[in-house]
Amino acid sequence: MTALQALGRWWLGVLGRLGRGHLFLLRTLVALGPLMLRPRLWIRELYSVGVRSLLIILVSGLFVGMVLGYQGYITLVDFGSAEALGTVVALSLVRELGPVVTALLFAGRAGSALTAEIGLMKATEQLSSMEMMAVDPYRRVLAPRFFAGILSMPLLAALFSAVGVAGGYLVGVGVLGVDAGAYWAQMQANVDVFDDVLNGVIKSLVFGLVATWIAVFEGYDTEPTAEGVSRATTRTVVHTALAVLALDFILTGLMFGAL
Amino acid sequence: MPDKTPWIEIRDLRFARGGRTIFDGLNIRIPRGQVAAIMGPSGSGKTTLLRLIGGQLRPDRGQVLVDGQDVHRLSRRALYRLRRRMGMLFQSGALLTDLDVFDNVAFPIRENTRLPEPVVRALVLMKLEAVGLRGARDLHPAELSGGMARRVALARAIALDPELMMYDEPFTGLDPITMGVIVTLIRRLHDALGMTSIVVSHDVAETSSIADWVYLISDGRVVDQGPPARLQEAATDWSRQFLQGLPDGPVPFHYPAPDYLGDLMNAEGRR
Ligand SMILES: Nc1ncnc2c1ncn2[C@@H]1O[C@H](COP(=O)(O)OP(=O)(O)OP(=O)(O)O)[C@@H](O)[C@H]1O
Ligand SMILES: [Mg+2]
Repeated sequence: MTALQALGRWWLGVLGRLGRGHLFLLRTLVALGPLMLRPRLWIRELYSVGVRSLLIILVSGLFVGMVLGYQGYITLVDFGSAEALGTVVALSLVRELGPVVTALLFAGRAGSALTAEIGLMKATEQLSSMEMMAVDPYRRVLAPRFFAGILSMPLLAALFSAVGVAGGYLVGVGVLGVDAGAYWAQMQANVDVFDDVLNGVIKSLVFGLVATWIAVFEGYDTEPTAEGVSRATTRTVVHTALAVLALDFILTGLMFGAL
Repeated sequence: MPDKTPWIEIRDLRFARGGRTIFDGLNIRIPRGQVAAIMGPSGSGKTTLLRLIGGQLRPDRGQVLVDGQDVHRLSRRALYRLRRRMGMLFQSGALLTDLDVFDNVAFPIRENTRLPEPVVRALVLMKLEAVGLRGARDLHPAELSGGMARRVALARAIALDPELMMYDEPFTGLDPITMGVIVTLIRRLHDALGMTSIVVSHDVAETSSIADWVYLISDGRVVDQGPPARLQEAATDWSRQFLQGLPDGPVPFHYPAPDYLGDLMNAEGRR
Protein backbone atom coordinates (compact mmCIF):
# COMPACT_ATOMS: atom_id res chain seq x y z
CA MET A 1 0.00 0.00 0.00
CA THR A 2 2.78 2.41 0.89
CA ALA A 3 4.58 1.62 -2.36
CA LEU A 4 1.39 2.41 -4.25
CA GLN A 5 0.99 5.64 -2.28
CA ALA A 6 4.56 6.60 -3.04
CA LEU A 7 4.00 5.92 -6.72
CA GLY A 8 0.84 8.03 -6.66
CA ARG A 9 2.60 10.89 -4.90
CA TRP A 10 5.51 10.74 -7.34
CA TRP A 11 3.13 10.80 -10.30
CA LEU A 12 1.20 13.74 -8.87
CA GLY A 13 4.51 15.53 -8.41
CA VAL A 14 5.45 14.90 -12.03
CA LEU A 15 2.07 16.16 -13.27
CA GLY A 16 2.31 19.22 -11.06
CA ARG A 17 5.74 20.08 -12.43
CA LEU A 18 4.56 19.56 -16.00
CA GLY A 19 1.64 21.91 -15.39
CA ARG A 20 3.83 24.56 -13.80
CA GLY A 21 6.36 24.16 -16.60
CA HIS A 22 3.78 24.86 -19.28
CA LEU A 23 2.28 27.83 -17.47
CA PHE A 24 5.81 29.10 -17.06
CA LEU A 25 6.47 28.75 -20.80
CA LEU A 26 3.27 30.61 -21.58
CA ARG A 27 4.10 33.52 -19.29
CA THR A 28 7.65 33.69 -20.61
CA LEU A 29 6.41 33.78 -24.21
CA VAL A 30 4.01 36.59 -23.34
CA ALA A 31 6.90 38.50 -21.77
CA LEU A 32 8.91 38.21 -25.00
CA GLY A 33 6.81 40.93 -26.66
CA PRO A 34 7.86 43.88 -24.50
CA LEU A 35 11.40 42.50 -24.54
CA MET A 36 11.80 43.51 -28.17
CA LEU A 37 11.62 47.15 -27.10
CA ARG A 38 14.63 46.69 -24.85
CA PRO A 39 17.19 44.79 -26.93
CA ARG A 40 19.98 45.66 -24.50
CA LEU A 41 18.55 43.21 -21.96
CA TRP A 42 18.85 40.15 -24.17
CA ILE A 43 22.03 41.18 -25.96
CA ARG A 44 23.79 41.03 -22.60
CA GLU A 45 22.42 37.53 -22.05
CA LEU A 46 23.40 36.56 -25.58
CA TYR A 47 26.94 37.27 -24.49
CA SER A 48 26.84 35.16 -21.34
CA VAL A 49 24.82 32.31 -22.87
CA GLY A 50 26.22 32.27 -26.40
CA VAL A 51 29.64 33.85 -26.55
CA ARG A 52 30.86 32.15 -23.39
CA SER A 53 29.89 28.76 -24.87
CA LEU A 54 31.86 29.44 -28.06
CA LEU A 55 35.17 27.96 -27.01
CA ILE A 56 33.87 24.58 -25.92
CA ILE A 57 31.67 24.37 -29.02
CA LEU A 58 34.51 25.18 -31.42
CA VAL A 59 37.01 22.83 -29.81
CA SER A 60 34.50 19.97 -29.62
CA GLY A 61 33.41 20.58 -33.21
CA LEU A 62 36.98 20.35 -34.40
CA PHE A 63 37.61 17.04 -32.63
CA VAL A 64 34.32 15.51 -33.69
CA GLY A 65 35.07 16.49 -37.30
CA MET A 66 38.54 14.99 -37.15
CA VAL A 67 37.21 11.71 -35.73
CA LEU A 68 34.56 11.64 -38.47
CA GLY A 69 37.37 12.09 -40.99
CA TYR A 70 39.13 8.96 -39.71
CA GLN A 71 36.04 6.80 -39.25
CA GLY A 72 34.48 7.83 -42.54
CA TYR A 73 37.70 7.17 -44.42
CA ILE A 74 38.13 3.67 -42.93
CA THR A 75 34.61 2.69 -44.00
CA LEU A 76 34.66 4.36 -47.41
CA VAL A 77 38.09 3.20 -48.54
CA ASP A 78 36.92 -0.45 -48.50
CA PHE A 79 34.32 0.46 -51.11
CA GLY A 80 36.84 2.44 -53.09
CA SER A 81 34.93 5.68 -52.62
CA ALA A 82 37.18 7.65 -50.29
CA GLU A 83 36.47 10.82 -52.26
CA ALA A 84 32.91 10.74 -50.81
CA LEU A 85 34.44 11.60 -47.43
CA GLY A 86 33.35 15.25 -47.71
CA THR A 87 29.73 14.21 -48.09
CA VAL A 88 29.81 11.80 -45.18
CA VAL A 89 31.43 14.28 -42.81
CA ALA A 90 29.14 17.15 -43.80
CA LEU A 91 25.92 15.13 -43.67
CA SER A 92 26.72 13.56 -40.31
CA LEU A 93 27.44 16.96 -38.85
CA VAL A 94 24.65 19.00 -40.39
CA ARG A 95 21.91 16.43 -39.90
CA GLU A 96 22.83 14.90 -36.56
CA LEU A 97 25.96 15.65 -34.65
CA GLY A 98 25.89 19.42 -35.02
CA PRO A 99 22.47 19.98 -33.44
CA VAL A 100 22.65 17.10 -30.95
CA VAL A 101 26.17 17.48 -29.59
CA THR A 102 25.79 21.26 -29.46
CA ALA A 103 22.60 20.87 -27.42
CA LEU A 104 24.28 18.44 -25.02
CA LEU A 105 27.28 20.74 -24.58
CA PHE A 106 24.95 23.71 -24.23
CA ALA A 107 23.12 21.95 -21.39
CA GLY A 108 26.37 21.37 -19.55
CA ARG A 109 27.87 24.80 -20.16
CA ALA A 110 25.08 27.37 -20.48
CA GLY A 111 22.00 25.50 -19.20
CA SER A 112 23.48 24.57 -15.84
CA ALA A 113 24.78 28.13 -15.41
CA LEU A 114 21.33 29.56 -16.19
CA THR A 115 19.66 27.27 -13.66
CA ALA A 116 22.19 28.05 -10.95
CA GLU A 117 22.01 31.80 -11.55
CA ILE A 118 18.22 32.00 -11.50
CA GLY A 119 17.99 29.52 -8.62
CA LEU A 120 20.37 31.61 -6.52
CA MET A 121 18.46 34.77 -7.35
CA LYS A 122 15.36 33.04 -6.04
CA ALA A 123 17.07 31.63 -2.94
CA THR A 124 18.43 35.06 -1.99
CA GLU A 125 15.00 36.71 -2.49
CA GLN A 126 16.23 38.82 -5.41
CA LEU A 127 13.27 37.78 -7.55
CA SER A 128 10.90 38.48 -4.68
CA SER A 129 12.37 41.91 -4.12
CA MET A 130 12.01 42.69 -7.83
CA GLU A 131 8.32 41.85 -7.65
CA MET A 132 7.95 44.21 -4.72
CA MET A 133 9.70 46.93 -6.72
CA ALA A 134 6.98 46.45 -9.34
CA VAL A 135 9.42 44.85 -11.77
CA ASP A 136 8.18 41.63 -13.34
CA PRO A 137 10.93 38.98 -13.11
CA TYR A 138 9.46 37.27 -16.15
CA ARG A 139 10.18 40.34 -18.25
CA ARG A 140 13.38 41.44 -16.60
CA VAL A 141 15.14 38.15 -15.82
CA LEU A 142 13.52 35.13 -17.41
CA ALA A 143 12.45 36.22 -20.89
CA PRO A 144 15.82 37.77 -21.87
CA ARG A 145 17.67 34.58 -20.91
CA PHE A 146 15.11 32.42 -22.65
CA PHE A 147 15.32 34.41 -25.86
CA ALA A 148 19.12 34.49 -25.82
CA GLY A 149 19.24 30.72 -25.40
CA ILE A 150 16.89 30.04 -28.30
CA LEU A 151 18.76 32.47 -30.52
CA SER A 152 22.22 31.15 -29.76
CA MET A 153 21.58 27.43 -30.21
CA PRO A 154 21.26 27.39 -34.05
CA LEU A 155 24.23 29.74 -34.35
CA LEU A 156 26.37 27.55 -32.12
CA ALA A 157 25.27 24.42 -34.00
CA ALA A 158 26.18 26.05 -37.32
CA LEU A 159 29.62 26.92 -36.01
CA PHE A 160 30.02 23.42 -34.65
CA SER A 161 29.26 21.94 -38.05
CA ALA A 162 31.49 24.40 -39.91
CA VAL A 163 34.47 23.71 -37.66
CA GLY A 164 33.72 19.99 -37.89
CA VAL A 165 33.85 20.08 -41.68
CA ALA A 166 37.22 21.80 -41.42
CA GLY A 167 38.38 19.14 -38.96
CA GLY A 168 37.33 16.40 -41.38
CA TYR A 169 39.29 18.18 -44.09
CA LEU A 170 42.40 18.37 -41.92
CA VAL A 171 42.39 14.64 -41.31
CA GLY A 172 40.96 13.41 -44.61
CA VAL A 173 42.94 15.63 -46.96
CA GLY A 174 45.91 16.57 -44.79
CA VAL A 175 46.69 13.22 -43.17
CA LEU A 176 44.98 10.49 -45.19
CA GLY A 177 45.53 11.98 -48.64
CA VAL A 178 41.96 12.33 -49.97
CA ASP A 179 41.84 14.70 -52.95
CA ALA A 180 41.01 18.20 -51.77
CA GLY A 181 38.92 19.07 -54.83
CA ALA A 182 36.87 15.88 -54.45
CA TYR A 183 36.27 16.56 -50.75
CA TRP A 184 34.59 19.89 -51.47
CA ALA A 185 32.98 19.00 -54.79
CA GLN A 186 31.26 15.88 -53.41
CA MET A 187 30.04 17.87 -50.45
CA GLN A 188 28.66 20.61 -52.66
CA ALA A 189 26.92 18.14 -54.94
CA ASN A 190 25.30 15.98 -52.26
CA VAL A 191 24.36 18.23 -49.36
CA ASP A 192 20.96 19.74 -49.99
CA VAL A 193 20.06 23.13 -48.58
CA PHE A 194 16.50 22.15 -47.69
CA ASP A 195 16.67 18.44 -46.97
CA ASP A 196 19.82 18.62 -44.93
CA VAL A 197 20.80 22.10 -43.81
CA LEU A 198 17.32 23.46 -43.14
CA ASN A 199 16.27 20.33 -41.29
CA GLY A 200 19.38 20.61 -39.15
CA VAL A 201 18.53 24.22 -38.37
CA ILE A 202 14.98 23.24 -37.41
CA LYS A 203 16.37 20.59 -35.08
CA SER A 204 18.68 23.01 -33.36
CA LEU A 205 15.88 25.56 -33.00
CA VAL A 206 13.71 22.94 -31.30
CA PHE A 207 16.60 21.81 -29.10
CA GLY A 208 17.35 25.43 -28.23
CA LEU A 209 13.78 25.98 -27.13
CA VAL A 210 13.66 22.82 -25.05
CA ALA A 211 17.13 23.18 -23.50
CA THR A 212 16.58 26.80 -22.49
CA TRP A 213 13.05 26.16 -21.30
CA ILE A 214 14.25 23.37 -19.01
CA ALA A 215 17.20 25.40 -17.73
CA VAL A 216 15.25 28.57 -16.96
CA PHE A 217 12.26 26.72 -15.52
CA GLU A 218 14.40 24.52 -13.26
CA GLY A 219 16.05 27.66 -11.92
CA TYR A 220 12.75 29.41 -11.31
CA ASP A 221 11.05 26.35 -9.80
CA THR A 222 13.95 25.46 -7.54
CA GLU A 223 13.53 24.94 -3.83
CA PRO A 224 15.17 28.09 -2.42
CA THR A 225 18.06 26.45 -0.56
CA ALA A 226 21.68 25.64 -1.44
CA GLU A 227 20.79 21.97 -1.77
CA GLY A 228 17.76 22.78 -3.91
CA VAL A 229 19.85 24.83 -6.34
CA SER A 230 22.45 22.11 -6.72
CA ARG A 231 19.78 19.49 -7.36
CA ALA A 232 18.07 21.73 -9.91
CA THR A 233 21.36 22.21 -11.76
CA THR A 234 21.89 18.48 -12.05
CA ARG A 235 18.30 17.99 -13.19
CA THR A 236 18.78 20.56 -15.93
CA VAL A 237 21.66 18.64 -17.47
CA VAL A 238 20.02 15.22 -17.16
CA HIS A 239 16.57 16.26 -18.36
CA THR A 240 17.94 18.27 -21.26
CA ALA A 241 20.08 15.36 -22.43
CA LEU A 242 17.13 12.96 -22.29
CA ALA A 243 14.73 15.38 -23.94
CA VAL A 244 17.17 16.24 -26.74
CA LEU A 245 17.95 12.61 -27.56
CA ALA A 246 14.30 11.59 -27.54
CA LEU A 247 13.26 14.58 -29.64
CA ASP A 248 16.10 13.90 -32.05
CA PHE A 249 14.68 10.44 -32.68
CA ILE A 250 11.20 11.83 -33.32
CA LEU A 251 12.37 14.71 -35.51
CA THR A 252 14.66 12.48 -37.54
CA GLY A 253 11.78 10.09 -38.13
CA LEU A 254 9.55 12.92 -39.28
CA MET A 255 12.12 14.60 -41.50
CA PHE A 256 14.04 11.84 -43.18
CA GLY A 257 11.86 8.79 -42.63
CA ALA A 258 8.95 10.33 -44.47
CA LEU A 259 11.07 11.17 -47.51
CA MET B 1 -7.13 66.80 8.71
CA PRO B 2 -5.89 63.96 6.49
CA ASP B 3 -8.06 61.23 5.05
CA LYS B 4 -9.39 58.96 7.79
CA THR B 5 -9.86 55.75 5.80
CA PRO B 6 -7.24 53.21 6.82
CA TRP B 7 -4.34 52.64 4.43
CA ILE B 8 -4.18 49.01 5.31
CA GLU B 9 -7.10 46.97 6.44
CA ILE B 10 -6.81 43.28 7.10
CA ARG B 11 -10.09 41.51 7.68
CA ASP B 12 -10.52 38.06 9.15
CA LEU B 13 -7.36 36.76 7.48
CA ARG B 14 -6.65 33.05 7.43
CA PHE B 15 -3.49 31.61 5.93
CA ALA B 16 -2.06 28.11 6.19
CA ARG B 17 1.23 26.86 4.87
CA GLY B 18 2.74 23.40 4.84
CA GLY B 19 -0.20 22.04 6.87
CA ARG B 20 0.28 24.68 9.59
CA THR B 21 -2.19 27.46 10.18
CA ILE B 22 -0.18 30.64 10.47
CA PHE B 23 -3.03 33.16 10.67
CA ASP B 24 -6.59 32.55 11.70
CA GLY B 25 -8.95 35.45 12.15
CA LEU B 26 -6.36 38.22 11.97
CA ASN B 27 -7.71 41.78 11.96
CA ILE B 28 -5.54 44.87 11.61
CA ARG B 29 -6.33 48.48 10.64
CA ILE B 30 -3.48 50.85 9.98
CA PRO B 31 -4.50 54.48 9.42
CA ARG B 32 -2.79 56.76 6.95
CA GLY B 33 0.39 58.35 8.25
CA GLN B 34 0.96 55.99 11.14
CA VAL B 35 4.06 54.05 12.12
CA ALA B 36 2.63 50.68 13.04
CA ALA B 37 4.79 48.05 14.66
CA ILE B 38 4.04 44.38 14.39
CA MET B 39 5.70 42.34 17.07
CA GLY B 40 5.59 38.70 17.92
CA PRO B 41 7.75 35.71 18.65
CA SER B 42 9.98 34.25 15.97
CA GLY B 43 8.01 32.12 13.55
CA SER B 44 4.71 33.83 14.33
CA GLY B 45 4.34 34.86 10.69
CA LYS B 46 5.49 38.48 10.58
CA THR B 47 7.39 38.10 7.31
CA THR B 48 4.48 36.12 5.92
CA LEU B 49 2.13 38.98 6.80
CA LEU B 50 4.22 41.49 4.82
CA ARG B 51 4.20 39.14 1.83
CA LEU B 52 0.43 38.89 2.08
CA ILE B 53 0.14 42.69 2.09
CA GLY B 54 2.47 42.92 -0.92
CA GLY B 55 0.32 40.40 -2.81
CA GLN B 56 3.05 37.77 -3.06
CA LEU B 57 1.03 35.20 -1.14
CA ARG B 58 -2.69 34.52 -1.32
CA PRO B 59 -4.78 34.13 1.83
CA ASP B 60 -7.09 31.15 2.27
CA ARG B 61 -9.82 33.41 3.61
CA GLY B 62 -10.30 37.08 4.38
CA GLN B 63 -9.16 40.25 2.70
CA VAL B 64 -6.20 42.57 2.59
CA LEU B 65 -7.16 46.10 1.54
CA VAL B 66 -4.44 48.57 0.67
CA ASP B 67 -5.72 52.08 0.02
CA GLY B 68 -9.19 50.61 -0.37
CA GLN B 69 -8.17 48.04 -3.00
CA ASP B 70 -8.38 44.32 -2.34
CA VAL B 71 -4.80 43.26 -3.09
CA HIS B 72 -5.69 39.71 -4.03
CA ARG B 73 -8.42 40.62 -6.49
CA LEU B 74 -6.41 43.09 -8.53
CA SER B 75 -5.30 42.29 -12.05
CA ARG B 76 -1.56 41.85 -12.49
CA ARG B 77 -1.24 45.28 -13.98
CA ALA B 78 -3.15 46.94 -11.16
CA LEU B 79 -1.17 45.01 -8.55
CA TYR B 80 2.09 46.21 -10.09
CA ARG B 81 0.76 49.77 -10.16
CA LEU B 82 -0.06 49.49 -6.48
CA ARG B 83 3.37 48.03 -5.68
CA ARG B 84 4.98 51.07 -7.24
CA ARG B 85 3.59 52.97 -4.25
CA MET B 86 5.04 50.49 -1.74
CA GLY B 87 8.58 49.96 -0.57
CA MET B 88 9.79 46.90 1.24
CA LEU B 89 12.99 46.33 3.14
CA PHE B 90 13.70 42.60 3.11
CA GLN B 91 15.08 40.81 6.14
CA SER B 92 18.06 39.69 4.05
CA GLY B 93 18.43 42.92 2.07
CA ALA B 94 17.96 40.99 -1.19
CA LEU B 95 20.24 43.25 -3.25
CA LEU B 96 20.74 42.30 -6.88
CA THR B 97 24.14 40.63 -6.86
CA ASP B 98 25.06 41.42 -10.46
CA LEU B 99 24.72 45.19 -9.96
CA ASP B 100 26.85 47.52 -7.85
CA VAL B 101 25.46 49.71 -5.08
CA PHE B 102 24.68 52.64 -7.36
CA ASP B 103 22.86 50.52 -9.93
CA ASN B 104 20.95 48.69 -7.20
CA VAL B 105 19.51 51.94 -5.91
CA ALA B 106 18.94 53.18 -9.46
CA PHE B 107 17.19 49.93 -10.42
CA PRO B 108 13.61 50.75 -9.36
CA ILE B 109 13.94 54.29 -10.74
CA ARG B 110 15.21 53.18 -14.13
CA GLU B 111 12.68 50.34 -14.40
CA ASN B 112 9.63 52.33 -13.37
CA THR B 113 10.24 55.82 -14.72
CA ARG B 114 11.67 57.48 -17.79
CA LEU B 115 13.74 60.04 -15.95
CA PRO B 116 16.89 61.22 -17.72
CA GLU B 117 20.14 59.78 -16.41
CA PRO B 118 21.39 62.97 -14.65
CA VAL B 119 18.17 63.07 -12.63
CA VAL B 120 18.53 59.39 -11.77
CA ARG B 121 22.06 60.08 -10.62
CA ALA B 122 21.00 62.93 -8.37
CA LEU B 123 18.18 60.86 -6.86
CA VAL B 124 20.46 57.89 -6.20
CA LEU B 125 23.10 60.05 -4.54
CA MET B 126 20.46 61.68 -2.34
CA LYS B 127 19.15 58.30 -1.17
CA LEU B 128 22.67 56.98 -0.59
CA GLU B 129 23.59 60.12 1.33
CA ALA B 130 20.57 59.57 3.58
CA VAL B 131 21.90 56.16 4.62
CA GLY B 132 25.50 57.38 4.78
CA LEU B 133 26.81 55.28 1.91
CA ARG B 134 27.33 57.80 -0.87
CA GLY B 135 31.02 56.85 -0.83
CA ALA B 136 30.26 53.16 -1.32
CA ARG B 137 28.47 53.58 -4.62
CA ASP B 138 30.97 51.51 -6.63
CA LEU B 139 31.07 48.50 -4.29
CA HIS B 140 29.35 45.25 -5.18
CA PRO B 141 26.91 43.58 -2.76
CA ALA B 142 29.47 40.85 -2.02
CA GLU B 143 31.85 43.56 -0.71
CA LEU B 144 29.35 44.95 1.82
CA SER B 145 28.91 43.97 5.44
CA GLY B 146 25.47 42.82 6.55
CA GLY B 147 24.62 46.20 8.07
CA MET B 148 25.82 48.11 4.99
CA ALA B 149 23.77 45.85 2.72
CA ARG B 150 20.71 46.59 4.85
CA ARG B 151 21.30 50.33 4.47
CA VAL B 152 21.71 50.04 0.70
CA ALA B 153 18.51 48.02 0.59
CA LEU B 154 16.82 50.77 2.56
CA ALA B 155 18.05 53.40 0.11
CA ARG B 156 16.70 51.28 -2.72
CA ALA B 157 13.34 50.75 -1.03
CA ILE B 158 12.80 54.51 -0.65
CA ALA B 159 14.12 55.34 -4.12
CA LEU B 160 10.67 56.08 -5.51
CA ASP B 161 9.37 57.83 -2.37
CA PRO B 162 6.76 55.19 -1.56
CA GLU B 163 3.55 55.98 0.29
CA LEU B 164 3.82 52.76 2.27
CA MET B 165 7.08 51.41 3.66
CA MET B 166 7.36 47.93 5.11
CA TYR B 167 10.43 47.08 7.15
CA ASP B 168 11.15 43.43 7.92
CA GLU B 169 13.42 43.25 10.99
CA PRO B 170 15.30 46.47 10.21
CA PHE B 171 17.29 46.40 13.46
CA THR B 172 18.76 42.93 13.72
CA GLY B 173 22.51 42.60 13.35
CA LEU B 174 23.33 46.32 13.45
CA ASP B 175 25.98 47.98 15.59
CA PRO B 176 24.66 50.55 18.11
CA ILE B 177 25.58 53.57 15.98
CA THR B 178 24.01 52.25 12.81
CA MET B 179 21.02 51.10 14.81
CA GLY B 180 20.50 54.61 16.18
CA VAL B 181 20.88 56.10 12.70
CA ILE B 182 18.39 53.66 11.20
CA VAL B 183 15.87 54.23 13.97
CA THR B 184 15.92 57.99 13.50
CA LEU B 185 16.06 57.57 9.72
CA ILE B 186 12.88 55.51 9.65
CA ARG B 187 11.05 58.09 11.75
CA ARG B 188 12.48 61.03 9.77
CA LEU B 189 11.64 59.50 6.41
CA HIS B 190 8.20 58.78 7.69
CA ASP B 191 7.58 62.36 8.79
CA ALA B 192 9.27 64.00 5.79
CA LEU B 193 7.56 61.93 3.10
CA GLY B 194 4.26 61.60 4.93
CA MET B 195 4.16 57.87 4.45
CA THR B 196 2.56 55.04 6.31
CA SER B 197 5.07 52.62 7.79
CA ILE B 198 4.92 49.07 9.06
CA VAL B 199 7.84 47.92 11.15
CA VAL B 200 8.14 44.23 11.87
CA SER B 201 10.51 43.53 14.70
CA HIS B 202 11.14 41.92 18.03
CA ASP B 203 13.46 44.62 19.29
CA VAL B 204 11.12 46.02 21.90
CA ALA B 205 13.02 49.18 22.90
CA GLU B 206 13.85 50.45 19.40
CA THR B 207 10.47 49.66 17.99
CA SER B 208 8.65 51.27 20.90
CA SER B 209 10.66 54.44 20.43
CA ILE B 210 9.35 55.07 16.91
CA ALA B 211 6.00 53.32 16.71
CA ASP B 212 2.67 55.09 17.10
CA TRP B 213 0.79 51.86 17.56
CA VAL B 214 1.92 48.34 18.34
CA TYR B 215 0.27 45.06 17.40
CA LEU B 216 1.36 41.97 19.25
CA ILE B 217 0.61 38.81 17.31
CA SER B 218 0.75 35.24 18.46
CA ASP B 219 -1.01 32.03 17.47
CA GLY B 220 -2.28 33.62 14.28
CA ARG B 221 -4.16 36.55 15.79
CA VAL B 222 -3.64 39.93 17.40
CA VAL B 223 -3.36 39.30 21.14
CA ASP B 224 -2.89 42.90 22.19
CA GLN B 225 -2.57 46.32 20.63
CA GLY B 226 -2.15 49.92 21.63
CA PRO B 227 0.34 52.76 21.84
CA PRO B 228 3.72 51.51 23.06
CA ALA B 229 3.53 53.40 26.34
CA ARG B 230 0.31 51.66 27.31
CA LEU B 231 1.60 48.24 26.32
CA GLN B 232 4.71 48.82 28.43
CA GLU B 233 2.37 49.21 31.39
CA ALA B 234 1.43 45.69 30.43
CA ALA B 235 -2.27 45.39 30.14
CA THR B 236 -2.22 41.62 29.77
CA ASP B 237 0.01 38.82 31.02
CA TRP B 238 0.90 38.07 27.46
CA SER B 239 2.25 41.51 26.62
CA ARG B 240 4.03 41.81 29.96
CA GLN B 241 5.86 38.55 29.28
CA PHE B 242 6.78 39.41 25.69
CA LEU B 243 7.76 43.02 26.21
CA GLN B 244 9.79 42.36 29.36
CA GLY B 245 11.34 39.18 28.02
CA LEU B 246 10.25 36.83 30.81
CA PRO B 247 10.61 33.08 30.23
CA ASP B 248 7.49 32.14 32.24
CA GLY B 249 4.02 33.14 31.24
CA PRO B 250 1.32 32.41 28.71
CA VAL B 251 3.71 32.50 25.73
CA PRO B 252 5.31 29.07 25.38
CA PHE B 253 9.07 29.26 24.85
CA HIS B 254 9.26 25.54 24.04
CA TYR B 255 8.13 23.85 20.88
CA PRO B 256 5.53 21.22 21.92
CA ALA B 257 7.40 18.18 23.34
CA PRO B 258 6.75 15.18 25.58
CA ASP B 259 7.34 15.40 29.31
CA TYR B 260 11.00 16.36 29.92
CA LEU B 261 11.91 13.96 32.74
CA GLY B 262 10.16 11.04 31.07
CA ASP B 263 11.95 11.84 27.82
CA LEU B 264 15.36 11.83 29.53
CA MET B 265 14.70 8.58 31.38
CA ASN B 266 13.37 6.76 28.33
CA ALA B 267 16.38 4.55 27.60
CA GLU B 268 14.72 2.85 24.63
CA GLY B 269 14.14 6.15 22.82
CA ARG B 270 16.40 6.39 19.76
CA ARG B 271 16.74 10.15 19.94
N1 LIG C 1 8.17 28.45 2.26
C1 LIG C 1 7.58 28.00 3.39
N2 LIG C 1 6.93 26.82 3.39
C2 LIG C 1 6.33 26.34 4.50
N3 LIG C 1 6.31 26.99 5.67
C3 LIG C 1 6.94 28.18 5.75
C4 LIG C 1 7.61 28.75 4.61
N4 LIG C 1 8.13 29.93 4.98
C5 LIG C 1 7.81 30.09 6.27
N5 LIG C 1 7.10 29.05 6.75
C6 LIG C 1 6.55 28.89 8.10
O1 LIG C 1 5.74 29.98 8.35
C7 LIG C 1 5.87 30.39 9.70
C8 LIG C 1 6.04 31.90 9.75
O2 LIG C 1 7.23 32.26 9.10
P1 LIG C 1 7.72 33.76 9.04
O3 LIG C 1 8.97 33.80 8.26
O4 LIG C 1 6.61 34.62 8.58
O5 LIG C 1 8.02 34.05 10.57
P2 LIG C 1 8.54 35.41 11.24
O6 LIG C 1 7.50 35.83 12.20
O7 LIG C 1 8.95 36.37 10.19
O8 LIG C 1 9.80 34.88 12.04
P3 LIG C 1 11.20 35.64 12.34
O9 LIG C 1 10.93 36.62 13.41
O10 LIG C 1 12.09 34.53 12.80
O11 LIG C 1 11.65 36.25 11.04
C9 LIG C 1 7.04 29.62 10.28
O12 LIG C 1 6.52 28.71 11.22
C10 LIG C 1 7.66 28.88 9.14
O13 LIG C 1 7.97 27.58 9.55
MG1 LIG D 1 10.72 37.09 9.47
